[in-house]
Amino acid sequence: MNRITQLFQEKKNNILSIYYTAGYPGLGDTVAIAEALQAAGADMLEIGFPYSDPVADGPVIQASSKAALDSGMDLNLLFAQLKELRKKVTIPVLLMGYVNPVLQFGVENFCKACVEAGIDGVIVPDLPMYEYEELYQEIFLKNNLCNIFLVTPQTSEERIRKIDGLSNGFIYLLSASATTGKNLNVSDITTTYFSRVAEMNLDNPIMIGFGINSKETFEKACKYANGGIIGTAFVKAVETGDLQENIRTFMQEFR
Amino acid sequence: MNYFVNEKGYYGDFGGAYIPEMLYPNVEELRQNYLKIINDADFQKEFHALLKDYVGRPSPLYLAKRLSKKYNANIFLKREDLNHTGAHKINNTIGQILLAEKLGKKRIIAETGAGQHGVATATVCALRGLECVIYMGEVDIKRQAPNVARMKMLGATVISAVSGSKTLKDATNEAMRDWINNPVDTHYIIGSVVGPHPYPDMVSIFQSVISEETKKQLLEQTGSDQPDYVLACVGGGSNAMGMFYHFIDDEKVKLIAIEAAGKGVSSGFSAATTFLGKEGVLHGSRSIVMQTADGQVVEPHSVSAGLDYPGIGPQHAHLFKTIRAEYVSITDDESLDAGLLCTQMEGIIPAIESAHALAYLEKMKFTGNENVVVCLSGRGDKDMETYITHFGL
Repeated sequence: MNRITQLFQEKKNNILSIYYTAGYPGLGDTVAIAEALQAAGADMLEIGFPYSDPVADGPVIQASSKAALDSGMDLNLLFAQLKELRKKVTIPVLLMGYVNPVLQFGVENFCKACVEAGIDGVIVPDLPMYEYEELYQEIFLKNNLCNIFLVTPQTSEERIRKIDGLSNGFIYLLSASATTGKNLNVSDITTTYFSRVAEMNLDNPIMIGFGINSKETFEKACKYANGGIIGTAFVKAVETGDLQENIRTFMQEFR
Repeated sequence: MNYFVNEKGYYGDFGGAYIPEMLYPNVEELRQNYLKIINDADFQKEFHALLKDYVGRPSPLYLAKRLSKKYNANIFLKREDLNHTGAHKINNTIGQILLAEKLGKKRIIAETGAGQHGVATATVCALRGLECVIYMGEVDIKRQAPNVARMKMLGATVISAVSGSKTLKDATNEAMRDWINNPVDTHYIIGSVVGPHPYPDMVSIFQSVISEETKKQLLEQTGSDQPDYVLACVGGGSNAMGMFYHFIDDEKVKLIAIEAAGKGVSSGFSAATTFLGKEGVLHGSRSIVMQTADGQVVEPHSVSAGLDYPGIGPQHAHLFKTIRAEYVSITDDESLDAGLLCTQMEGIIPAIESAHALAYLEKMKFTGNENVVVCLSGRGDKDMETYITHFGL
């Protein structure tokens, strides 16, 4: 069984997923970060493969992507690192990134490489739903890979239903229409929208992301969904200083 | 062969709307409404009245006699440089601001390279009293200072894009991020025939007035509305698409798109996308993109800020792939020489972008009877410093 599906079968709430950029802060840190996060209680990992023009990302993740690219990160190197990672890490791992590097790698090759490297799911924010449905869904399903779609406060109920039908794994609910790392006040995060989606009784589990940067915001996410996703706050926490120490300190707030 | 957009938003293999979910409601709202709004009789009336009385259209089609003699053909210049604000860009911003009003938007954002689109956007925002935010690369802000000053005087907020190469590509990224963060009341006026569907189609419709007028003017001046050649420079490709639009289905008319070779196509400092690019996705559409083997977008170079872009619009990619139009390139030096030549032979100082199109005349062979239309997309006032420095004037 796919590790993401298994996780949501075994654990219904308080699921903590952490995003970090592959090859950042150091080119060779990808595996060490995963190990440390698993040891500190993360339930799931989202590893970003860097892109030169990440339009959905704010300055922190942009800077981490650029630094990773400058030090030589690419998909070939990442897949090599991921094979090492899977020898040590048992929790679900997703790849997150933009569509152009995937197209250049070849969608079928990309899916196969994901499976060989033990990747459980993929988040490609700029891959449109109908493109996925028409051209790529079959390849994803054949390889037992989950494809994760985003939902925002502006997404209509009809579209959410359609996304639910196409999703496997979970649905990534954005706390606001925003680029990553935008500072949102806890009170800004619209609970009416969370309730509205929760009440739709979707087939897929829901994880809330964007603006989750503290115990308070994480708990709020857990109240309305199966768990929360932390990205920018974590990337920022490992920018400088001792990596292991930074990860331990960061995770203490949540676990 | 269909050279125009299909119902799915594609031009052959190119186009589409590769956007994150955060942009979907805005883009979908546009997709559902743009044709209905544009084809509405009241909209058309207001659009054309503004083009006439505010922009100063129709722009002249001028038979450049001395250039014609030099090149042994009838060289017609479509004088978009004479439009209000000095370039073709205003055709599109007038159309889009009216459309934004119909959609009830209160705030306008735009990206700009040379500053011409930024000025054209700030101008229509002043005209209609809407808030205006312009994203411009830090490098372009430095090399196009007069346009930055104009935008500020027009009441726009100019925000410096400091990521990546700090030019047009990065200004576009920043504008898209702004739109993601302001999903309800903001309209993004994209300045070229790039971006997710329906932008390439919408912008080309607004720019198509260029070829619509050209056909009428040619008929009056030559007795035929069918030229032998139509030339235009291509960055993202909006003046070229406007110049080609009504000639595309007439395959007897040869269409030539001129890209910026920069310091030479193979020099590593170039923006010649069809020579250096591969199929890929940039700024929301599938097109031809300058990129590494790993799919990272490459930093382009051109002396001309308006052509300094690592992609082309999806319709251009389709015209290139189907060989309906020929894509060629001109270096920085060749374009500057052509700009000086046009200035001294015709008394017209062209924008360096447009000078790329003029420069290609040097490479063509004529027999004396051909009618050749060159889109003089903008005036060169903004480029005086570059011309003066280059020629030591």
